[in-house]
Amino acid sequence: MASKWKFTIKDFAKKPETFMSGHRACAGCGPAIAYRQVLKAARGPIIATNATGCMEVVSTIYPYTAWGIPWIHTAFENVAANASGIETALKALKKKGQLKYDHVDVIAFAGDGGTYDIGIQALSGAAERGHDFLYVLYDNEAYMNTGIQRSGGTPHGAWTTTSPAGRVIPGKVEYKKPIADIMVAHDIPYVATASIAYWLDLVRKARRGLEAEGPAFLHALAPCPRGWRYDTSKTVEIARSAVETCVFPLWEAVDGEYALSAPSKVIALKPERKKPVKEYLKVQGRFRHLFTPEFEHVIDEIQQIIDKRWKRLLKRCGMT
Amino acid sequence: MAITKQNLRALNGDEAVAYAVKQSDVDVVAAYPITPQTIIVERFSEYVHNGEVNTEFVCTESEHSALSMSLAASATGARVFTASASAGLALMHEILYVTSGCRAPVVMAIANRALSAPINIHCDHSDSMVERDAGWIQIYVENSQEAYDSTLQAFRIAEHSDLLLPTMVMLDAFFLSHTLESVNILADETVRKFVGTRKIPLIRGHGGKLVPFKLDPENPITMGPLDLHDYYFEHKRQQEEAMQRASGIIKEIHDEYARISGRKYGNGLIEPYRLEDAEIATVCLGSTAGTTKTVVDQLRSKGIKAGLLRLRTYRPYPVEDIINALENVKAIAVMDRSHSFGAQGGPVFHEIRHVLYDASIHPPVVNYIYGLGGRDMPQSLIHEIYKDLQKILETKRVEKPVQFIGVRE
Repeated sequence: MASKWKFTIKDFAKKPETFMSGHRACAGCGPAIAYRQVLKAARGPIIATNATGCMEVVSTIYPYTAWGIPWIHTAFENVAANASGIETALKALKKKGQLKYDHVDVIAFAGDGGTYDIGIQALSGAAERGHDFLYVLYDNEAYMNTGIQRSGGTPHGAWTTTSPAGRVIPGKVEYKKPIADIMVAHDIPYVATASIAYWLDLVRKARRGLEAEGPAFLHALAPCPRGWRYDTSKTVEIARSAVETCVFPLWEAVDGEYALSAPSKVIALKPERKKPVKEYLKVQGRFRHLFTPEFEHVIDEIQQIIDKRWKRLLKRCGMT
Repeated sequence: MAITKQNLRALNGDEAVAYAVKQSDVDVVAAYPITPQTIIVERFSEYVHNGEVNTEFVCTESEHSALSMSLAASATGARVFTASASAGLALMHEILYVTSGCRAPVVMAIANRALSAPINIHCDHSDSMVERDAGWIQIYVENSQEAYDSTLQAFRIAEHSDLLLPTMVMLDAFFLSHTLESVNILADETVRKFVGTRKIPLIRGHGGKLVPFKLDPENPITMGPLDLHDYYFEHKRQQEEAMQRASGIIKEIHDEYARISGRKYGNGLIEPYRLEDAEIATVCLGSTAGTTKTVVDQLRSKGIKAGLLRLRTYRPYPVEDIINALENVKAIAVMDRSHSFGAQGGPVFHEIRHVLYDASIHPPVVNYIYGLGGRDMPQSLIHEIYKDLQKILETKRVEKPVQFIGVRE
């Protein structure tokens, strides 16, 4: 499924914004960047649906909206079912000659809580049924909208308000659920990971997801300065560091065939470029408690899981 | 319009609903199977797989997703139907409010079934009674013919541009859902003409421009935004205003349907039975009304002035009609097929007593909780209720305002 679509920063600048300025996202918001990038991949008319979460809240408050495309939010756990409904209605109306468009792309946006946790049933069901839509997971690794509570997407050792850095238990005990692999296992045509730091890679992947016939899943890492505890100017740097340390490798799986994307492929070819996770952790306040003699072993645990998952990914990509 | 030619068929309640949906040119059906609603989705699957309908039919992975899909499909401009019961309806609870709040005119059939625990597949009204405040129109039917007729009417009611209120049609589990009856079916073209196609009303969109109220790339609107203390309240009041408008519209659509089918159910909101000069009367919903009518006839043949009031629409609640129907009755028994634990009586009882507060007289009103989990309500028990009412008339005293009937002590 090689997309013939060409895209440059000039095109990016020229394309009208459909996620418009005036929204109320925090300074340095990673998800807001992800939204702009995804929508720059539009190839025609779009209908979007959004799970409850930060981005639903910041992009709308009646009577205001940041949306220049038709958009609906209904609840937290059902965005994939909403996308299924929109896609099915479009199909039915087209069949009856009541749709004025040749094709309308459907995009579902959800955060990590709405995807890893409460929304996974609806997502799995929609993937199994094969609805033609792009699901965008903007992963800021906790329930940021409700005040930084841990989710299935929160990494090991991270402080959140429900996995506090306590005297006995230093942050989140469990590991991040490999959600994108779970989606590959659904045997859907397109799954990819992306980071807002690599904007061209992200926009291209969003486009490929739209072009795929059937369900497509885009897992976009989108740092949150409030929840990750870092200066608002560092969002893109941290999103880049996640890739450079292999905490969040970039890859795509077309029809289940894994392939590394350029920023991660470079590291696979030149392993000396792989940076230690410490570099990624030390700039974020949510990991500050690990930099103590008492808990520094957790950093080793994190390094080990990252190495293990990286090795497994290389194997899947045929790079070992 | 004259009464049109009809075709008599043997159908159970579920099949009658499925047939009505088949004739209504529905765009999307999204559903999840649950006893005793299953026959609706099974029959409809057959229509789809035999090419008898032009509908997109989706079997979802849960009722929660079935209604979420229905809501989003409706917001995209499609005519949508779904069906559920019991635990399935309970799982939809959250999205019932979202559907009515988004003003998505989804039509849903409910085969009324008890809620767990203990798990039970048989009839009572607990499942839909707890959803009476969810902003949906609720129609309770007495037999399979009415299930068919009401499903056709439901599309007209829900999609009416002055309403845009999702509508539930309730039929009693097994007593109706699985029991074969003779059902008169209208011709396909008669139904097409009556139901018509869904018309999308225009609303003021961004910048005050008039745009269709649906998700349309040419005229983008934002649906389901965050809505806090400064506007939420007004939006909720608009839902109530639509409910107030609904009573008249339900009656109009019911009368229009009566002209082509020859079938009427009271005035569409309530169905009084031999109430004009009744001294004692019961109030009930659903299939129990059929049995009660027989009992009323038996009592009448003995010279006892008995009557029945069946509530057909429970939301909107037909306050004026109920007052007018019951005002001259001297003792009233309300039969509830669901219970509100700790509330001293069932929901129908509470609401009947509440409207009679505004009536010119205040007859004694008593409550019988009956038939939970599908327990049979035979004529003998209904006779007991009328006997109790006669005793109240004679003694002018109510001994037990609320009691369970047909239950082991």
